[in-house]
Amino acid sequence: MNRETPISTGCLNAPVLKQRGQHEVFCGLTGIIWLHRKMQDAFFLVVGSRTCAHLLQSAAGVMIFAEPRFATAILEEKDLAGLADAQDELDAQVSQLLQRRPDIRQLFLVGSCPSEVIKLDLSRAAERLSEVHAPNVRVYSYSGSGIETTFTQGEDACLAAMVPTLPPSEAHQLLLVGALPDVVEDQLTGMIEAMGIKVACLPARRSGDMPTIGSQTRLAVAQPFLGDTVSALTGRGAGLIPAPFPFGEQGTTAWLRAIADAFDVTDETFDAITAAPRARARKALDKVSETLRGKSIFFFPDSQLEVPLARFLTTECGMIPVEVGTPYLHRGLVGPDLALIPEGPLISEGQDVEKQLDRCRAARPDLTVCGLGLANPLEADGLATKWSIELVFSPVHGYEQAADLAGLFARPFLRKAALQL
Amino acid sequence: MKLSIWTYEGPPHVGAMRVATGMTGLHYVLHAPQGDTYADLLFTMIERRNHRPPVTYTTFQARDLGADTANLFKEACHEAYARFKPEALIVGASCTAELIQDDPGGLAESMGLPVPVIPLELPSYQRKENFGASETFFQLTRRLARDMNKTPEVSCNVLGPTGLGYRHRDDVTEIVGLIEAMGITVNLVAPMGASPTDLTRLGQAHFNVMLYPEIAEETCRWLDRNHDQPYTKTVPIGVGATRDFIAEVEALSGMKAADPGDRLRLPWYAASVDSTYLTGKRVFLFGDATHVKAAARIAKDEMAFEVVGLGCYNREFARDIRRLAKDYGVAPLITEDYLEVEAAIKAAQPEMILGTQMERHIGKRLGIPCAVISAPVHVQDYPARYSPQMGWEGANVIFDTWVHPLVMGLEEHLLHMFREDFEFHDAAGPSHHGGHAPRGVDEPQVVIPDPVADGNIIWLADAEKELRKVPFFVRGKARKNTEAFAVQQGLTSISVDTLYEAKAHYAR
Ligand code: SF4
Repeated sequence: MNRETPISTGCLNAPVLKQRGQHEVFCGLTGIIWLHRKMQDAFFLVVGSRTCAHLLQSAAGVMIFAEPRFATAILEEKDLAGLADAQDELDAQVSQLLQRRPDIRQLFLVGSCPSEVIKLDLSRAAERLSEVHAPNVRVYSYSGSGIETTFTQGEDACLAAMVPTLPPSEAHQLLLVGALPDVVEDQLTGMIEAMGIKVACLPARRSGDMPTIGSQTRLAVAQPFLGDTVSALTGRGAGLIPAPFPFGEQGTTAWLRAIADAFDVTDETFDAITAAPRARARKALDKVSETLRGKSIFFFPDSQLEVPLARFLTTECGMIPVEVGTPYLHRGLVGPDLALIPEGPLISEGQDVEKQLDRCRAARPDLTVCGLGLANPLEADGLATKWSIELVFSPVHGYEQAADLAGLFARPFLRKAALQL
Repeated sequence: MKLSIWTYEGPPHVGAMRVATGMTGLHYVLHAPQGDTYADLLFTMIERRNHRPPVTYTTFQARDLGADTANLFKEACHEAYARFKPEALIVGASCTAELIQDDPGGLAESMGLPVPVIPLELPSYQRKENFGASETFFQLTRRLARDMNKTPEVSCNVLGPTGLGYRHRDDVTEIVGLIEAMGITVNLVAPMGASPTDLTRLGQAHFNVMLYPEIAEETCRWLDRNHDQPYTKTVPIGVGATRDFIAEVEALSGMKAADPGDRLRLPWYAASVDSTYLTGKRVFLFGDATHVKAAARIAKDEMAFEVVGLGCYNREFARDIRRLAKDYGVAPLITEDYLEVEAAIKAAQPEMILGTQMERHIGKRLGIPCAVISAPVHVQDYPARYSPQMGWEGANVIFDTWVHPLVMGLEEHLLHMFREDFEFHDAAGPSHHGGHAPRGVDEPQVVIPDPVADGNIIWLADAEKELRKVPFFVRGKARKNTEAFAVQQGLTSISVDTLYEAKAHYAR
């Protein structure tokens, strides 16, 4: 990507179809599925209902054989009756849990719809339990409820909850924000450090490696759904580096370039560090994107990754977006990507699933990106689909994953072509 | 509050969804927040359905609370009716909507929709999935079944199968085939495959076949009282149970069943010499009460296993399981707490677990083979091939399924003989399960309560070392027996001698 100002503003000023109807998306509890693998000494205790427990288990079904670092304290009739009780019960559950898992250093009490409707105060509980179990365990609270949060917003709420406890520091440094697979995080921080920039990550892999924060901290955001976390961090003096998200060769270059500029890195240094992986990524992408070129794509709202992915798939893989649906359009974060998508697609926010299915069936896109509940029914209608949940479970950011990311979208086409039935 | 890592049953509205999804022409309007739509994937992904469940969720948000959630519900009903034109609607609340008390039933009934609207009261904080399915089927039946003359020919209904049921699709095929071969007409299979209109003629049948008591017993009892339809009580899983079931059907219908001939293979497979090694295998059973009851009988009478523990997660059937446990001389385990099941299995040290997908997980952790006998199950337990649990073919399938996770006969002897062999050592696990060592490699640090009943017994180092030489699939039994023997002898430590004295003591 070059550094000239884009001539067109793309979809930045396109009208947005706002929908208010049935949403077919997960709630924020789902974020626990990847967060608990990322933070290796953290445990997530949902305070909720049997439904919440069942959601987690169904969404985590793929990893059913691993001992999870999450559980649900299921509210029962007696908890709904008196609230004083519920706090005591919670204390008992937490002690039981910490006994079973002595390796836990951070505990997240996660609110749900039922705990919010009955106004169970989890922040108070977190404070109290933090005192009881200090210094071994720090207890946080956030809401992953479906009445407040959509899917990836759970990660946002979780990270935002950690911000107030980060130690202050006036070091000139970069904070990489967003849970990334370790391999991707290492690649990105490796390049950033090679530019001579001090970098830390939120979330840290272990509680002992918590980043610091202050007015000399700059934020490189890796995921588009972290609006609340970013405002909490800027509230503590940090400054956001606006950029497209690091998907594909161009996205990653633009993202790194914005970081380099914020830290006055010279062009020579930047090129020396990025030239080789850029070339690799471009070459690999050229091959994979052949399958995608000229194909139309339709996004159901799900992870908030839709806008940056639509940007990647149009500008780098030659796909034609028909509709880009997103649960929530955070212009402050996805604006740069939105501006790069050529005018044309319908941008929609929120959902009315039946109407959107009508639009999708009428458009008959070559590929539909949607949640697990919709994928097989659409396939049965002859529409190729890509489940969006894979996008938050797989390493997809950065140069070395650029072709893998395109590959996720190419696979349904290759499979269709390979099957002789 | 109850700490739960994995749950055996979903919330009750998932049970209602299973009934609605199994049926045709019925639509469910569920007052629930957006996250509850995850339940669709149970059907579209785990069961690989090519249609979305017929469910409209209101997906209310925090900002709707206290404002117009009731209106939102009514709009959702209107739109669902206009779009799907169902023959009947069921309406209800999930756990969150139950707390905001909008009364979906009352709201929907006041709307004057031109089809029957059946309100469901499913208490989310007390009951669970099976209750939800049972109650939904019962309410539908009570509302829709009409008084009718019995069919001129002998006929029956087959009741209980739903969407997302463990092997329901194939059980229905097997049992309907068996019944029709007797010359009996199947009037209706329900809920699976039936429409609300079909349910109106439930009463035509002469009797009912109760396939899954968890879902159909309540309805069967009501039909017995109100439509003069007796019902079968035996669930035909296993050879003996299928015979008893046929005897019941013969008594109810006056018709005769033919001998299965060589379609039934379990008896010969169990009798053939390769099965000798199955004798006395110590098995632990856990699942829903119906499948556990059936599995206990098969284990003891048809496989010659020893049942060393059993239990169920559905308290509604706790009484049956207590009685059963008494018959088998073991302590019943009635719990929905996965951790308790794990501790009980660790304490019993069985050689095989017959359980659900949760016990498969426990088995993996403890290095004990596991075969699945009951819901909840995962995607691999909805196989493409025909594989019922019920009837004659069901018995064959069960034989294969249960033997598969075990070390095979000759291999077991080889492991005894060459236990020091570097490639053939016991940590490698059954050789036909490539790459699956019995123990996970990077197990997290988890403290499972120690199973030793009397915590004062210690294993001396030599004895512990000797115990490691016992092949893994009998090591648990050896440990358990030795400890029991030591307690009996009033010992506080176990030496190599104690180990072999115990072995001699338990020799048979
Ligand atoms: S939407 Fe609410 S009630 Fe449903 S699973 Fe999510 S937090 Fe629990």
